[in-house]
Amino acid sequence: MNAVDFILAGMLAAATPMLLAALGEMVVERSGVLNLGLEGMMALGAALGFITTYTYQSHALGFLAAGLGGAALSLVFALIVLGFVANQVAAGLAIGILGTGLSALFGKSFESLTISGLPKMALPLLSDLPVVAALFVQDVVVWLTIALALSIWAVMNHSKLGLIIRAVGENPHAARAIGFRVLPIRCAAIAFGGALAGIAGAYASTVYTPLWADGMIAGRGWIALALVVFGTWQTGRVVFGAFLFGALSLGELTTQAAGVNIPSQLLACVPYIVTILMLAVISSNRRRMRLNTIASLGQPFEK
Amino acid sequence: MTALLSLQSVSKRYGAVQANAGINLVVDPGSIHAILGENGAGKSTLMKLIYGVESPDAGVILWKGQPVNLSSPAEARALGIGMVFQHFSLFETLTVVQNIALIVPGRKTDLARRIRTLGDEFGLNVDPEAMVHALSVGERQRVEIIRCLLLNPELLILDEPTSVLPPQSVARLFETLRALQARGVAILFISHKLEEIKELCDTATILRGGQVTGRVDPRGHSAKDLATLMIGRAMPPPLPATVQAVGEVRLELSGLDFVNDDPFGVSLSDISLRVHSGEIVGIAGISGNGQQELAALISGEVVQPGDMIRMLGHAVGAVGVAQRRKMGFAFVPEERLGRGAVPEMSLADNALLTAHGAGLVQNGFIRRTPERAYTAACIARYDVRTPGPEAEAGALSGGNLQKFIMGREMMLEPKLLLVSQPTWGVDIGAATDIRQRLVAMRNAGAAILVISEELEELFQICDRLHVLHKGHLSPCLPTHATTVEEVGTYMIGAGKSPEVAA
Repeated sequence: MNAVDFILAGMLAAATPMLLAALGEMVVERSGVLNLGLEGMMALGAALGFITTYTYQSHALGFLAAGLGGAALSLVFALIVLGFVANQVAAGLAIGILGTGLSALFGKSFESLTISGLPKMALPLLSDLPVVAALFVQDVVVWLTIALALSIWAVMNHSKLGLIIRAVGENPHAARAIGFRVLPIRCAAIAFGGALAGIAGAYASTVYTPLWADGMIAGRGWIALALVVFGTWQTGRVVFGAFLFGALSLGELTTQAAGVNIPSQLLACVPYIVTILMLAVISSNRRRMRLNTIASLGQPFEK
Repeated sequence: MTALLSLQSVSKRYGAVQANAGINLVVDPGSIHAILGENGAGKSTLMKLIYGVESPDAGVILWKGQPVNLSSPAEARALGIGMVFQHFSLFETLTVVQNIALIVPGRKTDLARRIRTLGDEFGLNVDPEAMVHALSVGERQRVEIIRCLLLNPELLILDEPTSVLPPQSVARLFETLRALQARGVAILFISHKLEEIKELCDTATILRGGQVTGRVDPRGHSAKDLATLMIGRAMPPPLPATVQAVGEVRLELSGLDFVNDDPFGVSLSDISLRVHSGEIVGIAGISGNGQQELAALISGEVVQPGDMIRMLGHAVGAVGVAQRRKMGFAFVPEERLGRGAVPEMSLADNALLTAHGAGLVQNGFIRRTPERAYTAACIARYDVRTPGPEAEAGALSGGNLQKFIMGREMMLEPKLLLVSQPTWGVDIGAATDIRQRLVAMRNAGAAILVISEELEELFQICDRLHVLHKGHLSPCLPTHATTVEEVGTYMIGAGKSPEVAA
């Protein structure tokens, strides 16, 4: 397998945990709430997903447990920031640390155990194309994630539900004045984001690298958070950012495997550096940032 | 005839403030009914109760004779009540049709067509596909009205609808409202502008301090009578106009250009004006036409190198706020809380923020005794109603805080003073007081530039006027030689601007 095939075959799967978490966070932030606990919710989802899949030999049950776990943890966050109107940054960080701690606790007796991943599905016709064929042989979750991204794009831009979420994020006071219930809408968005973060974690622990090791999320939650901003809260840009990061992280592996004489620690930094650079370039367009930035992001709302 | 809407002994309290106390109100079908009162009289609260945004603590609301218990605006809309908010409830990053689709059911293409039809019928033309942030304030108001009309209301509530409109648009709005009345829609028209109410309304309910103080036919009363009912005493007398010779130029803008990279902001182009010692120059125009940008450039919050701004004889393009203040410049911004004062800090500490040069700081340490004395003097001299220098700025009413901020700046005896919206949200008594003090400063030789939306105010106190429209400044109009109509033409950009003439 040459390097191009290797990157094409793996980049979508490598991107999927970040993409799932980022899509959820994008919806949460669009509603005006900043949940920095993504890393912890992913870690909890990873642990619960692995444990359930290992115990019941069912990936579907694993994803279900992970989604419920992520949503439950995010509802604790919702209670703190919506119910008690606490600072969202502090509450998000605390929830993130809590989730990481819980994942270590639950996963302790499963350390280093392995399970089997999911089989790859080849898309007919597309997987017969020259050069890019490898791109179209992926597991079912990758395809579902792409379908989900399309659905979220359609809902956010072309449905009344999406309009309501965006309205609540832009101006919660006006939204309330015309009769939308800001807190329930934000709570639902937070739970959705939490569920996707949990599922994202489970994908990392049960499909992408089907084993349990403490700390295996390894910063993917933070990258997902950056992707949301880097993508200026637009679905297409978030998807592009996630795939770019996936491709870069595999590119780094192939460079190492090719024996290029660069310290591996430096190579491992490359995807992060490129992501930060892209983020800086995109954010430097003040006009675009101003038009897309969520006006009430992170601000508590009291009626 | 059954009343369309009637309120019986309705009360609402927010914490320590009794916003509405035992309000009785009857609105007949097809009438244009004014709710008249000063800022803080409880008008907006009352409308929120009728529209279901808030629930009353006590009392009954009857709709067509039936008691109703509104717990959300959606229920009010279902009954046939529509509301146009003072600070619009529109979303800037959505298009007109998206804003409307939020509460009006229907397919987007149908809605867009109905928006155009209604626009033609009632003179409410607006492009359904336009983004709201790109619309003028008048257009945004039309969007709000259309959004209500699409739900076929029987009662339309308008909260201070004319406060954001130039005179010509007010006439157009009134035509629209009369056309609606002819269709049998009742209108609740909230305002503190007496002449408008006399012109438009057939009934007026007057509020003061959260209570109803009268119900009259405004067409049969003079503005003076209505004002007395509204403020509880006779109107303060107008300021005497005095003519005086002006001194040297203290502020000169020559061909000031400013390119704004904020898509929601305004760029300024070729602004030229002079303010002399001993005169008040006014900048008229609807907010959002470059007022904030102009104020930021003059105050030094935005620094733009060059000699397009000359202040007290120096080019100050590259000079920041602190140095400009040191030269004898003072500035009262339009946002009292957050820019004019820090709400969480005491009045004494707020005084220190701009008056630190008046002997309140020694070797970097605050001298508490002079700080308190300075603040106490400001409170006494400018009639600020507050327990004392230790009171939190955020706890003061709008009018009192404005008097305090004006006092703080005036005590510095600036050579050049910039005041933005001096009487926004300030009651009539305090507003008169503030205007009189500005005139007194002018008489004492200060150069004053006032940015205001209130034409009446500008005509009262200014020697000369300019009008700001979409970042362009009109030629200078001496107040004694111009009319509200002429200023109004410039406010909607129809005047002969030098750019067009050239």
